[in-house]
Amino acid sequence: MKNLKLLLAGTVAALAFAGSAAYAARGTDGDLKILFWQAVSTMNPYLSGGTKEVYASSMVIEPLARYDETGALVPTLVTEIPTVENGGVAKDLLSMTWKIKPGVKWSDGTPFTADDVIFTWKYCIAPDGGCAQAAQYEGVKSVEAPDPQTVKITFTEPKPYPYSAFVGAQSPVIQKKQFENCVGAKAPGCTSANFGPIGTGPFVVKEFKPNDVITLTANTNYRDAAKPAFATVTLKGGGDAASAARAVLETGEYDYAWNMQVEPEILAKMVAAGKGKLETAFGTQVERINLNHYNADPSLGAKRSTKEAGPHPSLSDPAVRRALSLAIDRSIIVEAGYGAAGKATCNIVPAPAAVASTKNDSWCLKQDIAAANKLLDDAGWKKGPDGIRAKNGVKLSYLYATSTNSVRQATQELVKDMWSQIGVGAELRNASASVFFGGDPASPDTFQKFYADVEMYTNNFDGTDPEKYLAEWLCDKVPGPANGWQGQNIPRYCNPAYDKLVGELSKTAELDKRAALAKQLNDMLTEEGAHIPLVHRGSVSSHSLKLAGVKMNAWDSELWNIADWSRGK
Amino acid sequence: MFTYTLRRLLFAIPTLLIISFVIFALLDLAPNDPTGDLPLTIPPEVREQIRASLGLDQPFFFRYLYWLQQFFINEPLNILERMTGWQFGDGNRMRVLSWATRSPVVDLIVQRLPQTLWVVGLAYLFGVLIAVPIGVISAYKQYSIFDQIGTFLSMVGYSVPTFFTGVLLVVIFSSYLQWFPSVYDTNLVVNDFSSFFQQIKQMALPVTVLSLFNASQITRFVRASMLDNLHQDYVRTARAKGVKEKSVLLVHVLRNSLIPVVTVIALGVPTIFSGAIITEQIFRVNGLGQLLIIAVQGADIPLVQTLTFIFAVLIVLFNLIADVLYGILDPRIRYD
Repeated sequence: MKNLKLLLAGTVAALAFAGSAAYAARGTDGDLKILFWQAVSTMNPYLSGGTKEVYASSMVIEPLARYDETGALVPTLVTEIPTVENGGVAKDLLSMTWKIKPGVKWSDGTPFTADDVIFTWKYCIAPDGGCAQAAQYEGVKSVEAPDPQTVKITFTEPKPYPYSAFVGAQSPVIQKKQFENCVGAKAPGCTSANFGPIGTGPFVVKEFKPNDVITLTANTNYRDAAKPAFATVTLKGGGDAASAARAVLETGEYDYAWNMQVEPEILAKMVAAGKGKLETAFGTQVERINLNHYNADPSLGAKRSTKEAGPHPSLSDPAVRRALSLAIDRSIIVEAGYGAAGKATCNIVPAPAAVASTKNDSWCLKQDIAAANKLLDDAGWKKGPDGIRAKNGVKLSYLYATSTNSVRQATQELVKDMWSQIGVGAELRNASASVFFGGDPASPDTFQKFYADVEMYTNNFDGTDPEKYLAEWLCDKVPGPANGWQGQNIPRYCNPAYDKLVGELSKTAELDKRAALAKQLNDMLTEEGAHIPLVHRGSVSSHSLKLAGVKMNAWDSELWNIADWSRGK
Repeated sequence: MFTYTLRRLLFAIPTLLIISFVIFALLDLAPNDPTGDLPLTIPPEVREQIRASLGLDQPFFFRYLYWLQQFFINEPLNILERMTGWQFGDGNRMRVLSWATRSPVVDLIVQRLPQTLWVVGLAYLFGVLIAVPIGVISAYKQYSIFDQIGTFLSMVGYSVPTFFTGVLLVVIFSSYLQWFPSVYDTNLVVNDFSSFFQQIKQMALPVTVLSLFNASQITRFVRASMLDNLHQDYVRTARAKGVKEKSVLLVHVLRNSLIPVVTVIALGVPTIFSGAIITEQIFRVNGLGQLLIIAVQGADIPLVQTLTFIFAVLIVLFNLIADVLYGILDPRIRYD
């Protein structure tokens, strides 16, 4: 407490010294206590890529523009968002120009210039650096500075949606002066820079204890002299989601806790204590069941789930795929496992609203056991003595894999029960998340290998544009031994018409047409049963009732507007 | 005794080398991946580059030798440099770097050690201090009410897991009564009476949970060992000589009974360093146990490797200490 008062006094003194007009507001609300149950490992998102690191660093380093809580782009360090209309994006879609706000300073007092932006790009694309955000700079041919306040990005080919590099919390600008000697293979060695990057954001790292706690103080050079309201931030890590929720909602020791992955009824009880509330934001996360289009029979050995194995004996039947979807009651799954953090969905692109389709909601959102049974009867799948349907010796009995997580195991049980009502059997299996998502080509349990008939997990896309995401279902993205199991087309869906439509999307610039195409692609995937979308998942965080200004954001860092947070009355 | 200790120490070197190799091989065979926890929005090509930047594209044996060099040559040289201020070579040696934090593993361990020693070490000390008197009285008054209650409590303490008692204490004392904090503040600097009080408050719950667990284990040993000795001939002789009952119990019996107990306590010391993974997680003490579990979950192989190896060194060392202590405490035991 004493330290805090000193700090406060120091901040106020510094401000008074600077003679700022609005010294009254900055740093007047004391210490903001945030809890991340997954502890933050580094403050350099280029070296980690984990959500927790991206969020934590967003208090310190900022991108040129970010997404607000509605998913709209807002300028951060620039004067406006470049578009074709305002001339910021070239007509040929081959380049774009950002104008940096005048007078922006780094927290060490030096001016922020276009040079720093160029350096950030070079830092991330340097060979041997292992930059985790390299995908943000994909397709960027060069970044230049016609003058210190202007950044010109040139692309290798026309980019209808150019907002990726330096946009959003994943690609913030870092200071050239600080990281100059940390490029490429030397990046990991710069521990003090990685733990305490100099930024333009509202806070400055004072002390960083990796995987434990970060102490930050208000940035005296922040561009808005009245912000941030808090003098310091303490971001503590570790523990588990339930106890983090308790620390905010029940004991009130913390002001904000991230990622409340806790059973809905437990959370409801904690909220009843009256100290805090939950905030939910829906981004693009969808929990889905992928249906394997290739044969995954274990007797095929190394060939299973590859092209050589041939089509799946039963899942290649469209009637089966549709029946599996019809049999599922999504609302029960949401109620049991997600509560306010989930909505039933039939789309793989569930948001933003402009690209969210409603075409399949009529047949797909409602459980219809009778229709599913009829579909299977008509297709010739007859129930055997064990209640499992079969045709020509092929049984509708599936190996159902997912990652280890209590909500997923509960969902597996529910789905298994729903499928049993239409004569489909399921054998449930789960693998630890670090194995399942680990991508080790030697492991048989990864989601890429898909040595199962169906598998369930969540995926999403960054930002608001689904083009790159929808391109994951292209024929040539099917994982297999030839590409080291590296493709993203996990269900092994392949449809030349779909590929053609994706090609069209990548050439279309008008937003309405892009949205229409995205919807069409999304509907194709649902209708043809590439997968069964289940739940549109939101992110849930909790905060104290005394904390004002939180605008939960699923499109960018949750802490995106921390400069505006204050201690309410 | 000296030659014995020296021989054992020399023998420890190949043992530890084999242990380090086994740990390394096991970690390498485990189907874990350092990019496994990253969001799926990071494409496979980028993951491949990340793995390459961590050195994972190198062959297994090369990586093992590299770790040996970093751990046994670079790190000690670094510590020596820091302690003496001398400079060896250009000082630009590759240290063992954690994959998740990209910072030197040894620095992480040094940062975590105080919390663990305070909380887990203190709990061990309290455990011993509670266990010995209870064990002595329980044995002396076997089947009395005190013995029955003591036995019951130690059975409860031993069989109820810390993840239950820990959460129970948080719910009662933090959520409901709000007497103690549920989150340990590792930034707290003890420099006056109020911060000292704060420190005691935040240590109270985790230390209680662990003390209870440790005490229950050790009490049983003390009691059993005391019972063994209470029925020995020399006790009868002492009583027959007219030695005071207090001396019989506390000088004759207790000293003899403590010999096996001291061994058990010494062998338990390495567990202080390995931390109490679950208790540290519950109270967010963020000591070595929490560091290890995060590293395991995130497939931070250099950190897991180094931590586990240091624990192995401690275990080998304290085994030796226990053996040597035996010789010192019991004159009948001679190794030479």
